[in-house]
Amino acid sequence: MIEPGHTYATVTDQISAIVLTGRTPRSWWVAFCISLSLLMVFLYATVYLLTTGVGIWGNNIPVAWAFDIINFVWWIGIGHAGTLISAVLLLFRQQWRTSINRFAEAMTLFAVACAGLYPLLHLGRPWVFYWLLPYPNTLGLWPQFRSPLVWDVFAVSTYATVSLLFWYVGLIPDLATLRDRATRRWAQVIYGVLAMGWRGSATHWHRYQTAYLLLAGLATPLVVSVHSIVGLDFAASTVPGWHVTLFPPYFVAGAIFSGFAMVMTLAIPLRQVYSLQDFITLRHLSNMAKVMLATGLMVAYGYLMEAFFAWYSGNPYERYLAVNRAMGPYAALYWSLIFCNVLVPQLLWFRRVRKNVPLLFAIALIVNVGMWLERFVIIVISLHRDYLPSSWEMYYPTVWDFAHFFGSIGLFLTLLLLFIRFLPVISIFELRELVHETSGGHEAEEPRHD
Amino acid sequence: MTETPSEDLYGLLAEFEHPEALLAAAAQARQAGYRRVEAYSPIPIDGLVEALGQVPTWLPQLTFLGGLLGGLLGYALQYYTTVFAYPLNVGGRPLHSWPAFLPIVFELTVLGAALFAVLGMLALNGLPRPHHPLFGVPRFKLASRDRFFLCIESRDGQFRLEETRQFLDSLNPHSIQPVPR
Repeated sequence: MIEPGHTYATVTDQISAIVLTGRTPRSWWVAFCISLSLLMVFLYATVYLLTTGVGIWGNNIPVAWAFDIINFVWWIGIGHAGTLISAVLLLFRQQWRTSINRFAEAMTLFAVACAGLYPLLHLGRPWVFYWLLPYPNTLGLWPQFRSPLVWDVFAVSTYATVSLLFWYVGLIPDLATLRDRATRRWAQVIYGVLAMGWRGSATHWHRYQTAYLLLAGLATPLVVSVHSIVGLDFAASTVPGWHVTLFPPYFVAGAIFSGFAMVMTLAIPLRQVYSLQDFITLRHLSNMAKVMLATGLMVAYGYLMEAFFAWYSGNPYERYLAVNRAMGPYAALYWSLIFCNVLVPQLLWFRRVRKNVPLLFAIALIVNVGMWLERFVIIVISLHRDYLPSSWEMYYPTVWDFAHFFGSIGLFLTLLLLFIRFLPVISIFELRELVHETSGGHEAEEPRHD
Repeated sequence: MTETPSEDLYGLLAEFEHPEALLAAAAQARQAGYRRVEAYSPIPIDGLVEALGQVPTWLPQLTFLGGLLGGLLGYALQYYTTVFAYPLNVGGRPLHSWPAFLPIVFELTVLGAALFAVLGMLALNGLPRPHHPLFGVPRFKLASRDRFFLCIESRDGQFRLEETRQFLDSLNPHSIQPVPR
């Protein structure tokens, strides 16, 4: 899980040096410039949206939900891996989570931030978004608490808050390390304020560990609930292809699938650029690949069951939807989805593939695309031809749909790059714990084979 | 250093190189009758709190309370709005449609518990606390890297500068430093 020869001091110094003393790599600047440009595209598109209206997007009746909700579900799904790695793997005592949990949590936060923007922008008048919240108002109106869309408001905002708490609590001891190791005054002050006076006393650690474990226990059912509720947004309606009891668990599996794919997409360049191969080892990548394979199979089961339900229900609209998916105007997207999410991940059965870093990176990218296509297939294909053929209509995205989509990737990457530059990307104190558990911390022992 | 009068001291700080040494030192300090002893380490160490003789935290109970409050608030909010403030008759179905309330009750339970767990942890730990006498000791910076410290505080009834220093010396530390107030 960690290469041999590391001590408390070496892990502390190496990870904190990325933030404090290391030169910012040229590739960071290149990536940052690209991300920032995309973020500018997002801001431009958003200003145009706010001044003109949602009509700039391609969605219209009958396809009233399109890129905005596709991207919302895509991002929130990606956001699930962080909490899963942090909480579920902590409870299962999977030590390999240690090297990847910190940036997976950061990824979660930023993905949830991107996700949250879409429903807000889709409101038409985002400046009155607070109407979504229950508060006494002069209109005398209250939210409809029987609607999954209102559940979603609570689920996503709770998830964002708990993820932020989890991430920040995990950061406190590391912020103290940065405070103590910083040499520049401003860095000492900023990290000092953020560390809140953490001293690492036995009492502090005791309460800290209790709180962390409690948070993990709380976040575990939360992470399952969030995407289940997203699944219910669809399942509670009567649109063909959506009205399926399978949706909540199938959405959760898809979320973990896409989340791990995104963690892999980010971890592979990160370990390369910052020479973190000692900490994010091939074993980490291989374990993540196994999780992707398992969740990918669950998702594949979901696709199979969707087709089975359509046939077995005997409902002509459901049956037509299944045929329309496979052979209708968007068939190419459906079969690309099957290729990306079902066929390609099967390569992960082979150990040689799981040890091949460039190939893993390629597979992770393909799965990211596949999961986006899945949401397109679910949302657009179901809506564009539901019941009355007279109201059938094709959906075509506009340039602004793409501007918002790629722009949100810019927002995500900008936040992530700033995080990599200014905060420890791997949990330092947990690495020290790992050193303690594996080698005793001070003497380099003979290499271990795990 | 010995000339510093003990009322100007926060305590005496002994530095160790290994977590096991700190654990043993904490147990011995407790055995020697010291009660105002605190240990500082870059990693959490199993059994250290017990060795120092500290009582278990009631953070779990606090978290439970937070969850309970969050859940009750969530239920009360939905009950009040759907039954009294904004009753909506949908085909004669009951206004108090409690199964539909459960997802939000669940979310707010988790939210309340998580907030209480984190804020409770910080509050019980006395954080945020921008300054502390220990930060005045230059070597204490290593407490967040690779060194382990044991501090016997001067407010301990048994604290006598010379005797306590001798006692700490008997634990074979890497160094002993006075902590100015």
